[in-house]
Amino acid sequence: MEGTQTFQVFNRGPSSAARLVFFAVLSLLLMFVDARFRYLESTRSLLSELVYPIQRLATLPNVLWQQTADFFVSHQNLLEENKVLHRQHETDMAQLLQWQAMLRENQQLRTLLALQQRSQFNVQFAEIVYAERDVFRRKVLINKGSAANIQEGRVVMDDKGIVGQVTRVYPWLSEVTLITEKDHAVPVQVQRNGLRSIAFGAGDTSHMALRYMPVSADIVKGDVLVTSGVDGIYPPGIPVARVELIERDAAYPFARIVCKPLGGVDQHRFLMVLSASPALPARPETMPTPARLKTKGAH
Amino acid sequence: MAKQGHQEIMRPVSNLFIASSVLAALLLNALPWEGIWLVLRPDFVAVVLLYWCTHKPHRLGIGLSWAVGILSDVNDASLFGEHALSYTVLAFGGIVLSRRIRMFDLREQTTQVFLILLATYSVYAVVHWQVNSQLAWSYFLGCLTSTLLWIPASSLFQSVRQLRVDRE
Repeated sequence: MEGTQTFQVFNRGPSSAARLVFFAVLSLLLMFVDARFRYLESTRSLLSELVYPIQRLATLPNVLWQQTADFFVSHQNLLEENKVLHRQHETDMAQLLQWQAMLRENQQLRTLLALQQRSQFNVQFAEIVYAERDVFRRKVLINKGSAANIQEGRVVMDDKGIVGQVTRVYPWLSEVTLITEKDHAVPVQVQRNGLRSIAFGAGDTSHMALRYMPVSADIVKGDVLVTSGVDGIYPPGIPVARVELIERDAAYPFARIVCKPLGGVDQHRFLMVLSASPALPARPETMPTPARLKTKGAH
Repeated sequence: MAKQGHQEIMRPVSNLFIASSVLAALLLNALPWEGIWLVLRPDFVAVVLLYWCTHKPHRLGIGLSWAVGILSDVNDASLFGEHALSYTVLAFGGIVLSRRIRMFDLREQTTQVFLILLATYSVYAVVHWQVNSQLAWSYFLGCLTSTLLWIPASSLFQSVRQLRVDRE
């Protein structure tokens, strides 16, 4: 006990309480700055390079396990898989040829109608490094970052539908917010009748919700929702979700519509990043205010 | 009091040992935990920081805990300062209760450790609730598993430090 008590005699800088207050205030300040202004992205990306070796090392057991599993795949399995893939490829090719013909036709029609051409998207493949490690959030990190020319706002999808959106880019990694993240919104339309709406994430891995749809809206169970493209982030026509449940209660102005994402939001290891956002025409000038109109009328 | 006797024999730990234990904890936290395992995952970093804050409060204190918290924030892609704030509270609790905790044996320590960890988890949860207006109660299960981790982690560190003395 003697040894510990002597520490009190020496002056060792500010007291613990003072340090607590100092660092607590510093943390709160950082949080405020980070949440409101996002000034600290460069610091974060610098620190992320420091943490990067730890992150890679942490995925090593998983990678080793995958490699061993891959090594012990039987010859028979591979042959069968190859056969199935070949058949799939042939049917896909037939559809692709048809699709190309339609694309050309669509381009011609759009030229005739003087509409803007649909933009082409390049696709980059990326592998999920790890999924969210926080109970609260729905995010994954993928192994392509600013070094591979990934930018914020890029759309991430798998072979069945939209998975999410790139929200933060590090040199070798980028963070993808999944569409099921709470309050993440995707502008959608019903494939059957073109009805526009917005799909919100529900905060768990398997559900989304359409909010603010009137009770009388023409939506039935099993409807497929595709992106509408009105926001300029998600390109139009990519499948998002299928309607699972509709509750119409006349007591509420809006129907409760629950849907299930089509993309394997928490299943795949490989994802595709669409690399170009459509170029939208400039926002129109805001309408003159009524006050100015009035003065113009007076003249 | 036998514990106190051991403490006197123990040599001062090297900085390398402290740093590598913190790094190992960061690594364990960064493993790809999923689903129920993620909910039950103890906060290794918090337990390791708490051990050093209670046993070597003048080597690893509030400032370093804060810095480790910032690294955790980058690692978890959470808001800058979320982990930092909670680890600051953790270190403060550890330092204030350090002498008392060292007086008790391992089993008695867990009650004190549980309270400190609960405060740490609560701070993180409150911040998260304020920022994202959403809270999962299952998050607090991690607090229980972290407390359970205290006994093996603490005895592991003690025996390693003992080993270093024996080797000399």
